[in-house]
Amino acid sequence: MSPRKTSPSTPDPAPSTTQPAVRDAVIVGGNRIPFARAGSAYRTASNQEMFTAALEGLVARFGLQGERLGEVVGGAVLKHSRNFNLIRESVLGSSLDAATPAYDLQQACATGLEATIAVANKIRLGQQDSGVAGGTDTVSDAPIAVSEGLRRVLLEAQHAKTTQARLKAFAKLRPADLKPNPPVTDEPRTGLSMGEHQAITTAQWGITREAQDELALASHQNLAAAYEAGFFDDLVTPFRGLSRDNNLRTDSSLEKLAKLKPVYGKNLAGTEPSMTAGNSTPLTDGASTVLLASREWAAERSLPVLARFVDAETAAVDFVHGAEGLLMAPAYAVPRLLARNGLTLGDFDFVEIHEAFASTVLTILAAWEDDTFCRERLGLDAPLGKVDRSVLNVHGSSLAAGHPFAATGGRIVASTAKMLSQRAAETGKPARALISICAAGGLGATAILESA
Amino acid sequence: MTDTYLRLVNSGVTKKLAKQLGLPRPAVLRRYEPGQPLVTGPVLVLGRGDNLPPAPDAPAPSPDADAVAHVLSGWGLDVRRHPSQLEDGGRWAGVVVVLTEAEEPADLSGPMLALGSTLRRIAPSGRIVTVSRAATPDDGPALSAVRVGIDGVLRSVAKELRAGATGNGIVLSGDATLDGPSVAGLLRFFLSSKSAFVDGQLVTVSSDAGVLPGAGSGWEKPLDGKVAVVTGAARGIGAAIAKVLARDGATVVCVDVPAAGDALAKVANQVRGTALQLDITAPDAGDRLLAHALERHGHLDVVVHNAGITRDKLLANMTPDRWDSVVAVNIAAQLRMNEQLLASGKLAEGARIVSLASTSGIAGNRGQTNYAASKAGVIGMVRATGPLLAPSGGTVNAVAPGFIETEMTAKIPALTRQVARRLDSLQQGGLPVDVAETIAFLASPVAGGVNGQVVRVCGQNLVGQ
Repeated sequence: MSPRKTSPSTPDPAPSTTQPAVRDAVIVGGNRIPFARAGSAYRTASNQEMFTAALEGLVARFGLQGERLGEVVGGAVLKHSRNFNLIRESVLGSSLDAATPAYDLQQACATGLEATIAVANKIRLGQQDSGVAGGTDTVSDAPIAVSEGLRRVLLEAQHAKTTQARLKAFAKLRPADLKPNPPVTDEPRTGLSMGEHQAITTAQWGITREAQDELALASHQNLAAAYEAGFFDDLVTPFRGLSRDNNLRTDSSLEKLAKLKPVYGKNLAGTEPSMTAGNSTPLTDGASTVLLASREWAAERSLPVLARFVDAETAAVDFVHGAEGLLMAPAYAVPRLLARNGLTLGDFDFVEIHEAFASTVLTILAAWEDDTFCRERLGLDAPLGKVDRSVLNVHGSSLAAGHPFAATGGRIVASTAKMLSQRAAETGKPARALISICAAGGLGATAILESA
Repeated sequence: MTDTYLRLVNSGVTKKLAKQLGLPRPAVLRRYEPGQPLVTGPVLVLGRGDNLPPAPDAPAPSPDADAVAHVLSGWGLDVRRHPSQLEDGGRWAGVVVVLTEAEEPADLSGPMLALGSTLRRIAPSGRIVTVSRAATPDDGPALSAVRVGIDGVLRSVAKELRAGATGNGIVLSGDATLDGPSVAGLLRFFLSSKSAFVDGQLVTVSSDAGVLPGAGSGWEKPLDGKVAVVTGAARGIGAAIAKVLARDGATVVCVDVPAAGDALAKVANQVRGTALQLDITAPDAGDRLLAHALERHGHLDVVVHNAGITRDKLLANMTPDRWDSVVAVNIAAQLRMNEQLLASGKLAEGARIVSLASTSGIAGNRGQTNYAASKAGVIGMVRATGPLLAPSGGTVNAVAPGFIETEMTAKIPALTRQVARRLDSLQQGGLPVDVAETIAFLASPVAGGVNGQVVRVCGQNLVGQ
């Protein structure tokens, strides 16, 4: 760790105003539970149970029992109101020291990566020495809300002082108010589902059905191969009888994928719908965690150091007025991130682009190769460049593993850190990875990791 | 997994009924808890010449018995030297019979009859321990006869005992002396409640290797500072081993197959150790667990090969997958891991390897040819591996459990299970912790003189030796 910066010519200012030098935040490892398609193995598991299970597996892997960590940060996209302190409650139910602080954070599908950024930055600033980032989501155990009408009546009745006033409140109830509101993944401002939004983008970029199916197949094949090779032996801990992601199809083929009927973009005029259940991620349940630390903290405990957290950039796009596709924000975040770090797309050993839909990955890649887009939208002089397919999602991604919204970031960060560590050990040279995650609301979060 | 019958005959109306009907009444065994006194009352030490009544021509008092009595007194035990020294209504917590000086069968008469006079006054879960010397081919016929004869006496006495009392023997061989650390260690283990389900066993001490624990809490935390790996630690006996080793002070690396990872994590968190998801049949499993232990904990002192599977089938119906998988997990993996551990030269000085054998491997069991091949194989393996580790003060031993109450034995049909439980001197199945206690003893520094041995934890099961 470098010494604190002080000016030699002037006397030291009061200690409270000294700026700590930025130090490395490293990824020690991760743990997640296998991801399960909604309504399957984790049908009755809550977010808190799943996140606690992922956390307990992490604690067991690294011997953190009774350890007071700097912070545990994570969240869930679909969350019950009773889970206001979801992550803190999970910590209290874990083997960690109960004096470990925690907070909930939520940035749609980017939650896990945003949590990683938050934990890493506090470590880099010296505000904490260790932390866990992660996320959890369940569609199976999602909250169902009462109608706006019933909610108002119930609140009014609760505040009523007399029985008469209470009865008066209930008298306002209409039969239609009794219909529950299940959760939806539609964008509140457009009323369109994420898939319908992506169908528009897919059509704009002319992404073919074949290209999407090929990417989906590669995802399944890569993930299956990684499981076979034991890659996940120290990244995944079984939960509720599941020891592998149950969305993974080892017997998938282009022929099988080609037979699926399109589900999105069927009403888009003048285009052939191409997005199917095979090349879109299913609704998924699961949880993931990543352990981050300063180098000193890890060394004191003889813990491994897989990778260094280098930098991160988030972006957002105006999809509401049709200026950009809903899931295109990473296309904007990455050029800024690369510029700040003096890197090009060719400088990465691994590129991890979250597969919300196969076409999300393909539209982002196409955008970076497109001269007009890069000049007009990104303000660059030339296309950003091409991502070599051999470095893209090499151990599979969300199309195969599934995508429990807030848990995806932790899955990608932990797996990528391990890939970097393995690559550096094989080649004896540093390795670098780019992570890109798109999210609802036109959001995107991206990050760079390097082998430690 | 609970023995309902045992509970019923030990409580309330059913206890009375069982008594009247003369039903077998297995006792609730005294089991170890930290801080528990070593024994519950006075301990009698008998030796050569301790005849009853004292014979006028009795040989001179036995110096070996004096030495043993001295060791026990040093632990603060109430040691007495004559059966008559028990107050009215008192009970012996233990009787140690020192027979190292016996030269011919006639020498057994005095001490054995003296022992016999105490048997009606042995406390519940009391202890009989013999100390003798192993017969060697160089012994004269009379000497050999008395030494081997002691084995027969001990095994028979053990079958006579009631109310959870056990009888076990310490056999000195080679250069081992009475003052060796392992003799003290075994005396203490056999007298204590840690050996609750060890009965009718003779354990050979072959050298004075081993280290006595330091003063203070040394006997309470014999594995303090040690790093131990336990395979198959996710459940059953493996989980119990992890807990007992951790209780004794070890940092435990809990190993199991990735598919058992959730149960494994729970055990690891309970014992404040680490979880390593690893298939022991992987070709590099030994190297990987060694690397994990060294990187994370700095050294590796104890390896417990507990992981094992059963794929029972009569040999007439045996299939290759059933045979091969049992052999692969239960013995081939252990052999390969030991090879890698020994070849690395990175095991700590005085390292301990303890393997799980089985009474099925000793006595044979219908429908378990594959399992018996692997478990008898373990016995052969420890005999041959022990000498390889001896130069660095290390040992390799096996523990052979009999009927133990686990998820595995809970799957045996109810009636068969009831019968199997009663087929030992203690008339009950053992608990996973009983196996774990014996493993913890063999893993401790004091047990350095016990090498290449097989210790049964079977309540003196009727089958086998």
